[in-house]
Amino acid sequence: MIHFQKIGKAYGTENIVLRDVSFEVEEGEFVSLVGKSGAGKTTLLRLFLAEEFPSHGSILFQQRNVHEIPESKLHEHRRKIGVVFQDYKLLPFKTAEENISYVMEILGANEQDIARDVKDVLDIVGLSDRALHFPYQLSGGEKQRVAIARALIHRPQVIVADEPTGNLDPYNTKDIIRLLLKINELGTTTILATHNKEVVNQIEKRVLTLEGGTIIRDQEKGRFVM
Amino acid sequence: MNFKRIFKSGLEKFIREKGSSSAALVVMMAVAGTVLFLYMLQGVSSFSIAQLQDSVDISAYFVEDASEEDISALQDKLLALPEVASAQYITQDQALEQFKADHENDPVILESLEIIGKNPLLASLNIKASDPLQYQNIANFLEQGNYPFIQTVDYKDRAPVIDRLLNLISGFRVAVIAFMIGLALLATLVAFNTTRLAIYNAKEEIEVMKLVGASNEFVRGPFLVQGAIVGVVASFFVFISAIPLFWILSPKLELFLSGFSIFGYFLSHFFWIFLLQTAVGVLLGVLSSMIAIRKYLKV
Ligand SMILES: Nc1ncnc2c1ncn2[C@@H]1O[C@H](COP(=O)(O)OP(=O)(O)OP(=O)(O)O)[C@@H](O)[C@H]1O
Ligand SMILES: [Mg+2]
Repeated sequence: MIHFQKIGKAYGTENIVLRDVSFEVEEGEFVSLVGKSGAGKTTLLRLFLAEEFPSHGSILFQQRNVHEIPESKLHEHRRKIGVVFQDYKLLPFKTAEENISYVMEILGANEQDIARDVKDVLDIVGLSDRALHFPYQLSGGEKQRVAIARALIHRPQVIVADEPTGNLDPYNTKDIIRLLLKINELGTTTILATHNKEVVNQIEKRVLTLEGGTIIRDQEKGRFVM
Repeated sequence: MNFKRIFKSGLEKFIREKGSSSAALVVMMAVAGTVLFLYMLQGVSSFSIAQLQDSVDISAYFVEDASEEDISALQDKLLALPEVASAQYITQDQALEQFKADHENDPVILESLEIIGKNPLLASLNIKASDPLQYQNIANFLEQGNYPFIQTVDYKDRAPVIDRLLNLISGFRVAVIAFMIGLALLATLVAFNTTRLAIYNAKEEIEVMKLVGASNEFVRGPFLVQGAIVGVVASFFVFISAIPLFWILSPKLELFLSGFSIFGYFLSHFFWIFLLQTAVGVLLGVLSSMIAIRKYLKV
């Protein structure tokens, strides 16, 4: 479904982040992408969203090179992917509820559906009582959960979660991981980027380890080794 | 389809983003104020030009025994010419009365009139052209028309004055137009720059919208709506504050503007003024947002 082919990415001439990254993600798979801070996990996900262009190599999504999608059609590609950004990327002038409903409005969903789904998703991430708060009124963990809710609500084909538990306490972390696994069981392809050992070991699914700009390990039912 | 959503979102932006909205509002009020000022300036200057033009005239003086019929026939002929705006018949008696009135504080002149014992002034037709450039033609018409009862036409004496006045008028027009264009350009520039800054500040937000899958129209829409709302609100504020301002200033400036009433002009043109202000505000708001946002949509 997603095919990273010999991806390289350098910023300038000195700063080579990714050298040669190749791997494939099947539909419905759950993949953890692990690696030290600065290994290039976020960079890889940004490439997948076509937010950045690779220095060489290509990424195929549903047989289509994502970097050949014309600018005017990019939003269609991105709508298939629910992203939990490491830095949340919430819209500052919208409430928690509005941040979440925004992705459904984009899709042209009707008001009743939006109201119902937003309520459900807020319940799931445990933020029903924070619906009307603006991002600056939320804690880091609460913002993170809003970001998770926004990534889920429109039932995307792929969920990309970049360190989605970075700001959560152990209880919330467990819940969120359980939630991601459940959504994955229902058929959503999931990529989880993290440097959290406990989280990876709890999941017991495929683990890709990124180091020195390449994938140095690709294990089924892997564990975090470093 | 999504228009309602985009409009609501734009309205929310306007209300919630107080910082950028009020900055844009201040600038747009300056723009609307400029539009208002230019409109009034245009009114004052065309009034002044009309007054200047009105002060120009020529007269045909008639021999003493010219008959009323001949004069009246000539008057009709003149009035039939498209170049002539008015032709006023001034009898000898009227001319004398006017002369006396003009010199009522000058006992020497009044006394010498007494001494002459008869009316030394001539009857005349006082002619105003519809366009000051036509005086030459009117004078030619009178002089070449072979009217024995015309003694003189004072065009020759008046030509230099008329010329100078014409130059003055056209210079004044050019100055006013240049000033208007300059001010309009300045206002446009300031408006564009403010919008550019506001959109620059929103560039991360725009990026997020694009990353979660918003189409360009969906991202751009609320910014354009916000720009339009700013334009309308700014126009409204300026318009409302102009009413008491002009009401107070009008009598003070009336003397200085030789009888032009700003308040009266404002009242009689208020619909067009408001429309123009609003149209300029909305157009500038929308257009500048559209241009400024372009480069940030490429995420
Ligand atoms: N725009 C950029 N310009 C220059 N260097 C960049 C840029 N973006 C990222 N990098 C560099 O690329 C490297 C990888 O960054 P990336 O964010 O992908 O790491 P990461 O694996 O996600 O780390 P973390 O676990 O801390 O989130 C870093 O060394 C970073 O400094
Ligand atoms: Mg990262």
